[in-house]
Amino acid sequence: MSDFTISVDKKPFALFDRVKSLRIAPPPRKKLLDLFKNLAISLLSMLVFLLVWQLGSSYLFNMEASSKIEKARIDQGDAAAAELQMCINSGNTSCQPNTLPSPAQVWSAGGVLWSDHVMIARKKVEFKQKVAETNQQRRAEGLTPIRYTGRPSFVDQIFTSIKTVLVGFLISLLIAIPVGTVIGLNQTLRTSVNWLIQIFKPVSPVVWLLLVFMIVKTVTLNSGLDTSFIISSISVGLCAMWATLVNTSLGVSSVNEDYLNVAKVLKLGVFKKIYRVILPSAIPLIFTGMRITVSVAWMVLIAIELLAQSPGLGSFVWEEFQNGANDSNAKIIVAMFVIGIIGFLLDRIMYWIQQSVSFEKAMA
Amino acid sequence: MQEKIPIAEFRNVSVWFDQGNSRIEVLKEINLKIYEGEFLAIVGFTGSGKTTLVSLLTGLLKPSKGEVLYRGKIVEGPDLERGVIFQNYSLLPWLNVYENVALAVNVVYPDWDRKRRDAQIRKFVDMVNLTPALLKKPNELSGGMRQRVAVARVLATDPELLLMDEPLGALDALTRGNLQNEILKIWGANKRTALLITNDVDEGIFMADRIIPLNPGPNATLGPEYKVSVGRPRIKASLNSDPNFRAVRNNILSYLADLGEAAKQSKSNGLKLPDLKPLTPGLRSFPFRRKAI
Repeated sequence: MSDFTISVDKKPFALFDRVKSLRIAPPPRKKLLDLFKNLAISLLSMLVFLLVWQLGSSYLFNMEASSKIEKARIDQGDAAAAELQMCINSGNTSCQPNTLPSPAQVWSAGGVLWSDHVMIARKKVEFKQKVAETNQQRRAEGLTPIRYTGRPSFVDQIFTSIKTVLVGFLISLLIAIPVGTVIGLNQTLRTSVNWLIQIFKPVSPVVWLLLVFMIVKTVTLNSGLDTSFIISSISVGLCAMWATLVNTSLGVSSVNEDYLNVAKVLKLGVFKKIYRVILPSAIPLIFTGMRITVSVAWMVLIAIELLAQSPGLGSFVWEEFQNGANDSNAKIIVAMFVIGIIGFLLDRIMYWIQQSVSFEKAMA
Repeated sequence: MQEKIPIAEFRNVSVWFDQGNSRIEVLKEINLKIYEGEFLAIVGFTGSGKTTLVSLLTGLLKPSKGEVLYRGKIVEGPDLERGVIFQNYSLLPWLNVYENVALAVNVVYPDWDRKRRDAQIRKFVDMVNLTPALLKKPNELSGGMRQRVAVARVLATDPELLLMDEPLGALDALTRGNLQNEILKIWGANKRTALLITNDVDEGIFMADRIIPLNPGPNATLGPEYKVSVGRPRIKASLNSDPNFRAVRNNILSYLADLGEAAKQSKSNGLKLPDLKPLTPGLRSFPFRRKAI
């Protein structure tokens, strides 16, 4: 098990730490200068990124456009080619080449998604007002109220995804921490289940999804539950729990001999020993595992939603890809940024929690 | 004191550790009696098996041969009546000073009410002058402060037999002197029994009634005992002029010096240095090259 060592980047985002230190104490002039320097460098790198993106997308656009025009010339003659050329130049959405969207297109697609969300939210409110009276009656009669069943907006999809990942994360913690503690405490047990961990740890999310699907489908037969949500959150949990499981068992099994001696000398009972000595000493490692679990869960979630057709960002991306509308590609890129930013924020939150429970950092 | 039955006793105790085919013998045929109410010091070189001796009495380690008795019964495991100050502090790093002491106090006095336990904890933290650091974690403390927490943790539980494994080794001379006095005060006030393991002969003489040198391991044995017949309370400043103190000190130091000399002798007799010649740098020092030529 010890072959699974995990190194965590202590300072993944140095700029942020500088901001933090700025807040704690008024910095001398040099620190302020450093902060500005870092900000400037970050902004510059963003500009370079956008420039490369812009150049790349316009290059691909031209490539696609000229091949389209060439094809029209061969198939339908010069007149059709000239017409297509004019159509492309005019910016008409019906004949635009389908390729990597430019930053501006992605930005406007973001705006479209937002206004779409605003519209749907307004519709929901209107719907609620409309059915309020009926629902009150239905509730009085013991019937289920009428719910809004229209298309979910992009923002709704984001929240569904976050909900799924949090439930999956909880499932993985509920399995991994107790199991990790138990196998961490017992060398024999650890050796005997090691094969299981080593074999199932690298299994792909797709296979987990299918396995969970087989089981959940049968278990929830005729129950009327939201199976797609259950399936995707359980699959996420199963895929992501391994880091926490392995780290918990490592942390529990490698408690400093000195701490165990204290427990022995004070004659602590088994549960008190686990609760007061072993688990606290394993907490930094457990939280390191949990941080990895969160990032794995988020990464896996998108793929699982895409496959399971359960609502969320993954299925949003897949539907847009299948849709093939003019701005689909741009919407996919928007989703990509949103996924990245949310993943980053989740990792940050876990990092803060990890720092606040670590007793080792107090060295400074 | 001598006519009493001993509170703790080593009977022909040997300890060895097997490592594959080789056996590392740490202690050999140790016979030792510790009497109720006395302060016994064991002095020895580092690595001579002093910590092993303490582990045997706490019950963290079982003898390979012979038996360790406490109040006439064989020591089967750790017990609360035998308190230990570990050499390496052994504080729990996720607990602050108060909580570290509280962990021990809560275990030893489960039937005291919260207020009384709180008072006990604060009293002993104050005794080692750590009240300003009451809510600090061990990592925020200096080595000396950590050791003082460890001392407070054990003294607060008021054990019958106080075992100290080089408890003051990491401390500066001033703090060391203060803590020596504090330990003596508590030992004297409650008439407890204490065993001090140290590598500092002066500390041993200042604190103990009896000093026994531990001959260096492997196969460490106990040397002759030296009684310190200096009256209490002892005052460090005037101790140097005390004839008893100087006599005991000279005896022990010359005994230890002889031991060191003997150890050196036996080593130079027992080991034969291999006859090695340094390699000359260059082409010819590589055997495979030579073959190729």
